[in-house]
Amino acid sequence: MSKSAYDFGRASAKALGDRPSRAILHKAIGHIRVLRQRSVNAMPDFPERQARAVAVRDKTLARLPDLLEALEAKVTAAGGNVHFAETADSAAALITKLLADRGVRLVVKGKSMVSEEIGLNDALAAAGIEAVETDLGEYIIQLAGQRPSHILAPALHVSKEQVSELFARKFGRTSTDIPEMTRIARDSLRQKFLAADAGITGCNIAIAETGTVTVLENEGNIRLSASCPPIHVAVMTLEKVVETLADAAVVLDILPPSATGQTLPVHLSFFTGARREGERDGPKEMHLVIVDNGRSEILADPVLRSILRCIRCGACLNVCPVYQSVGGHAYGTVYPGPMGSVLSPLLKDNPGDPRQPFACTHCAACAEACPAGIDHPALLQELRRRVSAGESDPAVTAFSLLARHPLLFGGAAALGRTFDPKLTEVAAVAPESPVGRFLRGRAFPGLSRPFSRRFKSLARRLSRKQGGRS
Amino acid sequence: MEAFLFIPCLVEHVLPQVGEATAMVLSRVGLTPVMPKGQTCCGQFAYKRGRADLVRPLARRFVEIFGDAPAIVCPSGSCTAMVRRYPSLFAEDDPWHARAGQVAAKTFELGQYLVEQLGVTDLGARFDGTAALHASCQTSRVLGAGSPTEALLAKVAGLTLVPLARPERCCGFGGAFSVDYPEVSQAILTEKIDDIVASGAEAVITAEPSCLLNIASALAKRELPIRPLHLAEVLVGGMA
Repeated sequence: MSKSAYDFGRASAKALGDRPSRAILHKAIGHIRVLRQRSVNAMPDFPERQARAVAVRDKTLARLPDLLEALEAKVTAAGGNVHFAETADSAAALITKLLADRGVRLVVKGKSMVSEEIGLNDALAAAGIEAVETDLGEYIIQLAGQRPSHILAPALHVSKEQVSELFARKFGRTSTDIPEMTRIARDSLRQKFLAADAGITGCNIAIAETGTVTVLENEGNIRLSASCPPIHVAVMTLEKVVETLADAAVVLDILPPSATGQTLPVHLSFFTGARREGERDGPKEMHLVIVDNGRSEILADPVLRSILRCIRCGACLNVCPVYQSVGGHAYGTVYPGPMGSVLSPLLKDNPGDPRQPFACTHCAACAEACPAGIDHPALLQELRRRVSAGESDPAVTAFSLLARHPLLFGGAAALGRTFDPKLTEVAAVAPESPVGRFLRGRAFPGLSRPFSRRFKSLARRLSRKQGGRS
Repeated sequence: MEAFLFIPCLVEHVLPQVGEATAMVLSRVGLTPVMPKGQTCCGQFAYKRGRADLVRPLARRFVEIFGDAPAIVCPSGSCTAMVRRYPSLFAEDDPWHARAGQVAAKTFELGQYLVEQLGVTDLGARFDGTAALHASCQTSRVLGAGSPTEALLAKVAGLTLVPLARPERCCGFGGAFSVDYPEVSQAILTEKIDDIVASGAEAVITAEPSCLLNIASALAKRELPIRPLHLAEVLVGGMA
């Protein structure tokens, strides 16, 4: 087993010790799951919508370089600028330089996971540029000095009471009434929107035929970030493009229901280029930064490519028993849960624990929930295969060798039966040993006299009974 | 007609009563259960570790042992699912690919075999009491054999199935997962046990021996008077 920089097992055991956080997480995820299920149940044709979306995502991936080229041409024609960044660092450096060159001091940001992926806030801070998150959840996390724990609901793990305490500390003004708390955050954020020199947003879908960046939100802050300041920088990963407006509609058919259980979000914005002559609002300058960070290699991989179908709805996180138990922070990566366990190890930066693909029970709830038809367990299985190819696994190898020889296999079991009662003793004297950790919540079942040895007399009994009946 | 028993290693060495019940159920529907010699393990543990190379020799053994069987019946969804994957372990032009395909096509999980192959749902079984059904991920999601389990239990006289919160939720075993990540595994298991307790059921039934073992060991640790039962054990209940 290779020594890893990050240990999910240790981090998750620690996360499990934090009972209040686990309780908050459970309640919040349970709520999202109910909303999603209700919304999917309300669409009898959801499977057809899903099939159309999978087809659009696959068509997109098959033609990705062409679509990106078309997107670039259309964005440019609409007065925007397109930049390609190969790595996370170069993406962050590119955006930082772009803003620093224009004398930007304050940036308002709409929620964007890719900006987390490229470490944008840290890069901006190092250049003396203040970046303020304006999504309420993201803002809370930023004020608390944390990282998002969910790709959709960054502050999923934080309770109302914790936010109230945080606001008291940061603003000297607080409440536990949610509308009032929202007002407190809004009062602070409004000033930032008005004062900002630039706005940074993510991008849910980019449309190649029109050069349009599409974002979904419920709060209106992404719209303000993109249109209030004189400069708008949108960041996307390269697989977010689709060919046509009609294709975007197909993805929009499944994204909000799978994510928040909404038919459509409160705000659905389409930004095409910069402010044109005669127009009264919108940014004077618009930049679209397209980040690769390992995705070209994923695209070229026939087995793993389908992870790029992901539309970031978070449905897989919300049904994953592992994610639900330990929360997003334990993964140590930007993208947690099933989609993150596949994607993170393939990205260039912050891949987390290399054994992450093994931290899965193979329950397949993620694949069942995924509206983009991603078979996460199969992809995790492929990643396991690749990790294992470079390692020796003595226990599994020994077991397999024994299993090739029934006599040895039976002998080993007989030996096991002799030492059986000892295992509980081992657990008692060495609670931190693998046996001890395994038996903490379980009583050891013990090995029995094999079934095959009982079979002969059983078969005789059964045949007598059958004979007697007929 | 004969039906060959595919007895998973967990059943052979830890839960032999499940093997016995399986043989009795098959006999009940008029089949002669046959226990071919030399069975060990289907290789699922190595497969989940990403070691298809270590599964291949076990798959070849399985194909040789069961090649002549008219039907292969297994009281485990996950082991059946493993055998169904055997062809994918071999290149398409490898003769083993086709042989594995033939064997995979006649391998069935017990409930699936009874309901989908034989068209039997009522075995005349009796179970007096309440029980919760734990729908194993491997049986229901991966193998798609969840509804046969339900159809069979619906015909058990005296049995009252009580609803389990999130019946489809994983019990946290996941084979090597429970050894590699014991704390996470037990956190997931604890919730399953809490749901079972909250259901008020006197017994918990599942068609998957690994889930059964996991749940049973936690019930025993907590000294809870809830009986963990395999589907086959319920189906032989009250048999004369």
